[in-house]
Amino acid sequence: MDPREMTGAQALIKSLEMQRVEVMFGLPGGAILPVYDPIIDSSIRHILVRHEQGAGHMAQGYAQVTGRPGVAIVTSGPGATNIVTPLADAYMDSTPLVVITGQVATSSIGSDAFQESDTTGITMGITKHNWLVTDANDIPRVVAEAFHVATTGRPGPVLIDMPKDIAQASMEWYWPEPSDLDLPGYHPVTRGDPELVREAAEMMLAAERPVIYAGGGILKARASEGLRELSERTGIPVVTTLMARGCFPDSHPLCLGMPGMHGNYTAVTAMQRSDLLIALGSRFDDRVTGRVDAFAPEAKVIHVDIDPAEHHKVRRADVAIVGDCRLVIDELLMALDSLGLPHSDATRVGSGGTPSDAAPGAPAVPGSSAASFPRDRVDLWRAKLGEWQIRFPLVYAQTDAPGELKPQFVLETLRDATPDDTIVASGVGQHQMFASQWWKFDYPNTWINSGGLGTMGFAVPASIGAKVGRPDKMVWAVDGDGCFQMTAQELVTASSERIPVKIALLNNAYLGMVRQWQEMFYEERYSEVYLSPDLPDYVGWAESMGCIGIRVESPEEVGPAIDKANSIDDRPVVIDFRTDASEKVYPMVAAGASNDEIIVDPSLMRGDN
Amino acid sequence: MSAYGIDKRHHTLTVLVENKPGVLARVAGLFARRGYNIFSLAVAPSDDARFSRITIVVDVESAPLDQIVKQLDKLIPVVSITELAPSAARERELLLVTVEVSPETRGQVIQLVGVFEGKIIDVGHDRLTVMLAGSPTKVDDFEDLIRSYGIVELQRTGRVALPMLERSDDRSNLSAKVLGFANHTEKAG
Ligand SMILES: Cc1ncc(C[n+]2csc(CCOP(=O)(O)OP(=O)(O)O)c2C)c(N)n1
Ligand SMILES: [Mg+2]
Repeated sequence: MDPREMTGAQALIKSLEMQRVEVMFGLPGGAILPVYDPIIDSSIRHILVRHEQGAGHMAQGYAQVTGRPGVAIVTSGPGATNIVTPLADAYMDSTPLVVITGQVATSSIGSDAFQESDTTGITMGITKHNWLVTDANDIPRVVAEAFHVATTGRPGPVLIDMPKDIAQASMEWYWPEPSDLDLPGYHPVTRGDPELVREAAEMMLAAERPVIYAGGGILKARASEGLRELSERTGIPVVTTLMARGCFPDSHPLCLGMPGMHGNYTAVTAMQRSDLLIALGSRFDDRVTGRVDAFAPEAKVIHVDIDPAEHHKVRRADVAIVGDCRLVIDELLMALDSLGLPHSDATRVGSGGTPSDAAPGAPAVPGSSAASFPRDRVDLWRAKLGEWQIRFPLVYAQTDAPGELKPQFVLETLRDATPDDTIVASGVGQHQMFASQWWKFDYPNTWINSGGLGTMGFAVPASIGAKVGRPDKMVWAVDGDGCFQMTAQELVTASSERIPVKIALLNNAYLGMVRQWQEMFYEERYSEVYLSPDLPDYVGWAESMGCIGIRVESPEEVGPAIDKANSIDDRPVVIDFRTDASEKVYPMVAAGASNDEIIVDPSLMRGDN
Repeated sequence: MSAYGIDKRHHTLTVLVENKPGVLARVAGLFARRGYNIFSLAVAPSDDARFSRITIVVDVESAPLDQIVKQLDKLIPVVSITELAPSAARERELLLVTVEVSPETRGQVIQLVGVFEGKIIDVGHDRLTVMLAGSPTKVDDFEDLIRSYGIVELQRTGRVALPMLERSDDRSNLSAKVLGFANHTEKAG
């Protein structure tokens, strides 16, 4: 037999191997059965999940920490619909995923056959592109196209729908050359227009209150180093959005932290008062801008994004540059060179200092010939920011009172007890905001969360995928009790596959974020938000899933429990932290309000700090 | 008020797409989920068998034209987009109408069709079927006038358009604007 002759299923698995896929997450069923057979003989590790949503989020976690596309494989009908949420999530957060779904045989499509669903139709609006394969000979080309589309330009999820008869049909193996890809309408622009780049560089030097508004695109483009150089050389401070935490070190004196609805006062207000926003791979999400017509009213906008459709979508940009953040930042740095900006003097921004102590009395740039560069003007701005940082820090007060274990205290203790490059995956809710606020992210791709879609249940499977992608790193999930109940079954996957993730469950017995809104905006009328602290019994549940379960009720138990968890490396650990339900996330900008109406922690207004 | 008259709200997009199954659904789905209004839509094969041409008249009050075009361009099977402002387009539309006629009105209808340079393509005892191709305004006007005779059935195709040609005395900016981002295109890689 001709060794090149094989089934569509074999060609599919071989194509994935050609793409150097090392792991895929999935669960079999009727329509995808033929594809599961060659998996037995493949070099690709398959991780059997307990629910297809888990497969999708694991692939996301894997993709976010490795920068490589995550691969998931599921059957038709319910398998496909179960993975719709991760697709939508990955689409919102521009995560590269390749999802393979089984489909009923081509002759049955459209007949309401058993486990038939219009998968390409359902996922059309939540994938970057999808393919229904109708000829086994197309398989290698379609797989190559799928990986190309998922990983280039603005990354995103793609889906390949594979009818059963196509997987069973025979084909003659080939592997396409890049020129064989049939994508006449797909040509992402990666380099910035030099004239616009120069204009942007001039604006950066002329600004008095500039802010770099760094988004997830920095991480996607692996532009962290360039961003750091840009910020240090210009002295321009950086806010890192929820999707960009870690792309610029939190410990850096020019880092202002997270802006947005639960961003810190300085980050939010810096943007509000700014005269120049340099948006790099960020998209003016409503959670960042608050009321759009009141957002950063005095700011000119430079907007760099690889997706031209993001330009002027929410906020008109004065200079809109289409391109990859890493390449455009390099171009900006060169343009700044040619405008005479001196190279950075490490003393000004050396680590350890804070903007406030670096700013007011800081010396002028030594030997600077760049008269055009207003270092001292930016220094004034940074002095202002330093004042705000001192006046409006993030605060909480841990007491000794029983039942008042503060989630922030747990997170600070966890942060200090884990390596600096620990990967943190989070669910959605108060715990997510606390984690983003209180963790110190000093490394790119160490923070994994569901930003755009806000998918409860993301943390457990995403942390598993992250640990699979980076087994060398410690991986913690910070989860809420509500979220945990949505996808906890994947800890069975983690136990049986020996993937030692650790879960910090901030168990406040409530759908806490919703409770907070009901408290603040619905006159404390709590509607359907109470969950119970001990139903389920989280420790018992964790142990039944093959994990170590630990319960923590008081502050002095926090440290030892974390130390114990950190010492376990052969199975997952769940710590059930019984936290104070009354704790609210501050600061807060109410939905639809202007960022000027930021509500800080009441204790700051009373002046008890 | 004419439904189709030249106005600033309606821009014509000529979208070259890959000739593959489901492409029209992708285009229509994009308009639906982003809340863009389609005013009319016509699909036809192009001179290259690999591609089809979709002519879409969009309502630029439902969303900024720039957004509509860029979101469309993100669809992988969309190869290029040509945008024609109302003043820069030669637009045509085809109308077929079956109209009631009596011995008294038959002559009037035939005369009206003659004035509008239409064509009678079918004749019954008390009905005529008329074909008329022309600018959307002309087709509107004809439709208005024929209505009083009693329309049995009427169909319009939706517009197709090509850019107005430059004339020696007018080399201004009437030509079409191509928004395929192809001018500074580069393969990622
Ligand atoms: C799948 C899903 N359903 C509903 C919501 C709305 N929602 C946002 S946060 C939240 C509460 C989350 O509760 P929990 O996991 O306990 O976290 P907490 O806010 O208490 O920290 C809810 C219901 C959501 N984001 N995702
Ligand atoms: Mg909770």
